Amino acid sequence: MSTGATGFLQRYEDAVGRLPGDSALRAAAAAAFREAGLPGGTQGRRIEAWKYTSLRPVAEANFQVSPRHEAETLLSGLTLLDAPRVVFVDGVLRGDLSVLPAVSIARFADQPDFGTLTWPDREPMVALNTMLATDGVALNVPAGVDGGIVQLVSLSGGQGDFHPRHGIRLGKGASLTVVEVAAGQGAYLLNTVAEIHVAEGAHLTHIRLQDEATTAFHVSTTYADVQAGGTYDSFTLNLGGRLSRTEVHTQLSGPNATAHLNAAQILAGSQHADFTTVVSHAAPSCSSRQTVKNVLGGRSRGVFQGKIAVARHAQKTDGYQMNQALLLSPDAEVDSKPELEIFADDVKCSHGATVGELDAEQMFYLRSRGIPDAEAKSILVRAFLAEALDAVANETIRGLLETAVEQWWERQKA
Amino acid sequence: MAAVTETLDTVQSVTQSGYKWGFETAIEMDFAPKGLNEDIIRLISARKEEPEWMLDWRLKSYAAWLTMEEPRWARVDHPPIGYQDLHYYAAPKKKAGPKSLDEVDPELLKMYEKLGIPLKERAILAGVDPDTVENTQIAVDAVFDSVSVATTFQATLRKAGVIFCPISEAVREHPELVKQYLGTVVPTADNFFAALNSAVFTDGSFVYIPKGVRCPMELSTYFRINARNTGQFERTLIIAAEGAHVSYLEGCTAPQRDENQLHAAVVELVALDDATIKYSTVQNWYPGDANGKGGIYNFVTKRGACRGARSKISWTQVETGSAITWKYPSCVLLGEDSVGEFYSVAVTNNHQQADTGTKMIHVGKGSRSTIVSKGISAGHSNNTYRGLVRMLPGAANARNHTQCDSLLIGDQSGAHTVPYIESRNLTAKVEHEATTSKIADDQLFYCRQRGLSEEDAVGLIVNGFCKDVLKELPMEFAVEAQKLLAVSLEGSVG
Repeated sequence: MSTGATGFLQRYEDAVGRLPGDSALRAAAAAAFREAGLPGGTQGRRIEAWKYTSLRPVAEANFQVSPRHEAETLLSGLTLLDAPRVVFVDGVLRGDLSVLPAVSIARFADQPDFGTLTWPDREPMVALNTMLATDGVALNVPAGVDGGIVQLVSLSGGQGDFHPRHGIRLGKGASLTVVEVAAGQGAYLLNTVAEIHVAEGAHLTHIRLQDEATTAFHVSTTYADVQAGGTYDSFTLNLGGRLSRTEVHTQLSGPNATAHLNAAQILAGSQHADFTTVVSHAAPSCSSRQTVKNVLGGRSRGVFQGKIAVARHAQKTDGYQMNQALLLSPDAEVDSKPELEIFADDVKCSHGATVGELDAEQMFYLRSRGIPDAEAKSILVRAFLAEALDAVANETIRGLLETAVEQWWERQKA
Repeated sequence: MAAVTETLDTVQSVTQSGYKWGFETAIEMDFAPKGLNEDIIRLISARKEEPEWMLDWRLKSYAAWLTMEEPRWARVDHPPIGYQDLHYYAAPKKKAGPKSLDEVDPELLKMYEKLGIPLKERAILAGVDPDTVENTQIAVDAVFDSVSVATTFQATLRKAGVIFCPISEAVREHPELVKQYLGTVVPTADNFFAALNSAVFTDGSFVYIPKGVRCPMELSTYFRINARNTGQFERTLIIAAEGAHVSYLEGCTAPQRDENQLHAAVVELVALDDATIKYSTVQNWYPGDANGKGGIYNFVTKRGACRGARSKISWTQVETGSAITWKYPSCVLLGEDSVGEFYSVAVTNNHQQADTGTKMIHVGKGSRSTIVSKGISAGHSNNTYRGLVRMLPGAANARNHTQCDSLLIGDQSGAHTVPYIESRNLTAKVEHEATTSKIADDQLFYCRQRGLSEEDAVGLIVNGFCKDVLKELPMEFAVEAQKLLAVSLEGSVG
């Protein structure tokens, strides 16, 4: 069995007749992937979009179909909301573990739909997903309907590689909250692609809680298109994974559309997490907001790349981006690239970035009141994170995320 | 490149003999044939009467250049450059200039007038040949003026122990200093254009300020007589020894017509313990016409090394000219408590493209840097700030503050900000802020209501926007730079 890009291509060649959906599209994606390879996987070839994250460890890993793990045990160990859930085990939908929602859902395995927004020719990992995707879920909320909360749970194990393909479509004035939870055990690769359509006046809240095994690779690429007056409100919490990359492309296509791409990454050990976003303001009077926080301990590395692109006719754009990193250890590293690309003149766009350690004065304040060093640190870090988590409006969901952060702290102590 | 070709073809046709004699008898030649190869480099080196080691250095750079590719990451767009279609050496002997101011392009003269340049200086700037000038008194006076000024200055500098001379002279007169420092800040194979420059540079300044000396005056290329015709591949090396202090001015606010389309300069600064170098640039080369035809490609590598403890390097630039600017004056902050500064105003109008910014590499403990960048885009231009702040593991308690603001005038231009922030030291602190906006209608209304024309109002507002940078300029430049901003933006409003 060959490793790296060749291994994936080999798998595609072997399965080509049995893969669901448009075979021409898959072939084109395979060609693009063959051309591009894994970012960082080819010596001497650099891709600007992957400047700070190299998938060399993915290229060197030998992924293989592994024996079934106890998904039930994994699932019971998770804190979830009391709401419908669609559960994937090793990238395959498991009806027996799921509590299906009221909204219309379709399996990718039954009705393969690759959507229209993705760019396999530009994104090697999207090409890889397009080439090998076998399952996923399409959620459809009709116009005017409130779809409530739907949880998308991904449980992975062993040394496999999984490429789920999801679609979320909200009709005019519809609303939905999607909570994605990813966890697992092993040295697997989860490479998800999701395509999201938010119609006029619709509102999608999209929460991602990535708490994968710290030996695993997690790559998630989302494309969202937001029509006039629509809102795409997303929050990503990255806690797990040996190496993770969360990439979100949002296009504001109609006037008065709104996007929130908030995130927090808390890392320790030798974890590497990359949060990369592109917000394209393609219509006038849209607004985008971003607050991204990194807390980095051990020898971890946190990456943020955020681009706000404003098209020529997207006048009255209001774009704001804030990126803050807190280094807790002398060996941690943060890399940040906030980017503005502006072609319209009547706009208000700004970004800010700060990098530093815990404020010495604040530490002194707490220590002088008899609070031990470790506790004082933890209080200040929590306060720093609270600001990011505040962006999550739903209290129950915020509670879920806070619990995950608490559990993360406990794990660090152990 | 067309203009270069034309001029040199003319020279070539006049002095037919040039080609016939080839390289070996190059002493009689005024120019080298087109193209770049080892022989051309040998020719350049021979014409500059350089020692063997310098030639070797050039040849090594050339070998490196051959293996390199032109960088493509900048947000600039231009047709491919025919490197084999350029003349890499033309003798400083000047072709016949205009005989009097009457022959000079009236557009150029109008510009001089707006900038408030004294009449006698206008003639020099326009390249009027002083020997043939009709109104001899003015031009000759002016030339005599600057000669005498330059001579007086040279005496003062010599007394202080400062070396300020053309780089080719330094190679011959001060080889130990050149050998010790040349290429140590910008290695020959640093990037495509730096490698090219290292192979073929023909002009530029050398400055050495000895230990403890505060340079008695601001050094300017303007006063160095033979530097008035800026070279295509300039090479500047400035060294400030322990405790030395120097302020260096480059360029000129007056627009300069230059027949060379490709400019690839390299500037290296070295500051030892407690030394300070302040480097100010006003760049106003030909930006091309209103339709984006012609203009200079300005691909420059500028870098300073703060090698000593408490050393300081400060870059200030006002960039209004050139069709394409590709320039990142940077600081490598090696010394403990060393300081790097970058103050920049970049104005683009019509079809100009500027991709400019800085790199602050923090290596030393307690090093500090400040970046203030103001970009103004008008017309169909694109203006990009690209900057890197890197805190290395040893940069304990290092600090950076970056402020980059963009101003858009008109809805056909683009303003882009691409900062890179990398920190590997927890005690280092980095702050970055960037904004993009347009001139507010109420600001314009306020000015117009008080009787200012729309253009004057824009000039006033833009100058206010750039104040933080302009105040860093030496007095000589500050006033002219303000006028320059207004002139550069002419025709962009209304």
